[in-house]
Amino acid sequence: MSAVMITRKATRKWEKLPGKNTFCCDGRVMMARQKGVFYLTLFLIVGTCSLFFAFECPYLAVHLSPAIPVFAVLLFVFVIAMLLRTSFSDPGVLPRALPEEANFIEMEIEAANGNVMAGQRPPPRIRNVQINNQIVKLKYCYTCKIFRPPRASHCSICDNCVDRFDHHCPWVGNCVGKRNYRYFYLFTLSLSLLTIYIFAFNIVHVVLRSVDSGFVNTLKETPGTVLEVLVCFFTIWSVVGLTGFHTYLISLNQTTNEDIKGSWSGKNRVQNPYSHKNIFKNCCEVLCGPTFPSVLDRRGVMLEDSSSPTPSDVSAASTHKGSNPVSQTTKSSAPLIPNEHTPDEAKPSIGAGTQKSTSSPKEEKPPSPTSPNAVAPAVIKESTH
Amino acid sequence: MATEFHNLQELRHSASLANKVFIQRDYTDGTVCKFQTKFPSELDSRIERTLFEDTVKTLNNYYAEAEKIGGQSYLEGCLACLTVYLIFLCIETRYEKVLKKISRYIQEQNEKVYAPRGLLITDPIERGMRVIEISVYEDRGSSASSSGSSTTSSSGR
Repeated sequence: MSAVMITRKATRKWEKLPGKNTFCCDGRVMMARQKGVFYLTLFLIVGTCSLFFAFECPYLAVHLSPAIPVFAVLLFVFVIAMLLRTSFSDPGVLPRALPEEANFIEMEIEAANGNVMAGQRPPPRIRNVQINNQIVKLKYCYTCKIFRPPRASHCSICDNCVDRFDHHCPWVGNCVGKRNYRYFYLFTLSLSLLTIYIFAFNIVHVVLRSVDSGFVNTLKETPGTVLEVLVCFFTIWSVVGLTGFHTYLISLNQTTNEDIKGSWSGKNRVQNPYSHKNIFKNCCEVLCGPTFPSVLDRRGVMLEDSSSPTPSDVSAASTHKGSNPVSQTTKSSAPLIPNEHTPDEAKPSIGAGTQKSTSSPKEEKPPSPTSPNAVAPAVIKESTH
Repeated sequence: MATEFHNLQELRHSASLANKVFIQRDYTDGTVCKFQTKFPSELDSRIERTLFEDTVKTLNNYYAEAEKIGGQSYLEGCLACLTVYLIFLCIETRYEKVLKKISRYIQEQNEKVYAPRGLLITDPIERGMRVIEISVYEDRGSSASSSGSSTTSSSGR
């Protein structure tokens, strides 16, 4: 044996994943990079509930019913559990294509493009698919080197393509996608209930106490009440509204991303091909559908080459080789697609709003022709058979 | 040329990777996981069309079973919600059970059908459920060693 120390350091796959996520607990927890607002969310919820349990609950348990704090505790536990589940789980990230797959796709694209004259920009990379009598365009992601599945989108904050991308939520510190959308919805729903509950019982408590000791004295005895009422008041407006909005989206089987882009707004007789046309069925699919597994094997062990002194991942099985250096050059050479084929389809890049950022404006140009019969040699038509 | 390999070990030791074929997803039924059954031309000389189509159709059936929205999935969803999803720490979801079945099926197909023909299927879950990767091997003895990558990262573990 050589004198080289064989260090078998078990590197988990999450350590080598591209993208801008942070991982905790040895890959069990996956979040976005900026977590400040998430901590604020946690602080507001825990803080307000602590004040409720400290100031209101003793009085209400005695004077009204002990069930009130019990129910509040259950609701609080549910809210926190849903928040953590949303924040810590993989939203449905699609792993980037390995080099062979990326090359295979490139060759297919080049074959479909035919000969591009020198000096001409190559046509946009679009694949048309027919889903339920609706033509859906699959865009090519230059970062991940894949044609995105329908409803997937690239989150520029996390630098990942996410399946059934809804939006990136800074309040939970993660993207909301296929795998954690129902937890996100249950979080907003239960938080609405909790906020309304606390607000209502604050009012009840103040009224009951004021009858005995007067309004001003009540506020002096329980100063927490004022703080709670303030927080709840503002929270109700935003969270209840958000819950209502997502209930609407779920009943139509749409994502926030699609709603913002107006993908299925009915213009040009475009209908949502994913909707079952039945509110109950749509709700059941989103809330009671199967729980999809994560395709990112975060905790898998990457096998090291034991004879090399430094842990290298070249010979490891199924490595996610960092394609970042390559993707940088690809991004910079990504063709700026002229909008010659798109009359009004080209919406400005949807980078607006911290909560709803979708594809990176740099790499995405909406080039798609509106009618499938348009002259677009780059369109790789997937014929159904 | 049809090279004969008797088992997966022999395949890995005596063959070199020549090419990879990627079977793409079929989105015509929506976002359910389904792969195209179109027979790729690169496999024309390596495997019979019917065997290939059978494999892909069986895989599609497995995925359809995993993603079926019906009584069992509702029950699982409601029960999990009531237990604040802690129940998933103890039991396996239906999807995970089906994925294990798929993994066993692919292993069996590799051993019985594909390895003897110098091919190897990679479980789609290792490629993000985007493609079925089929690695095409050539016997090291033969001169055909095309411009494919020489990394050994293709073993479908």
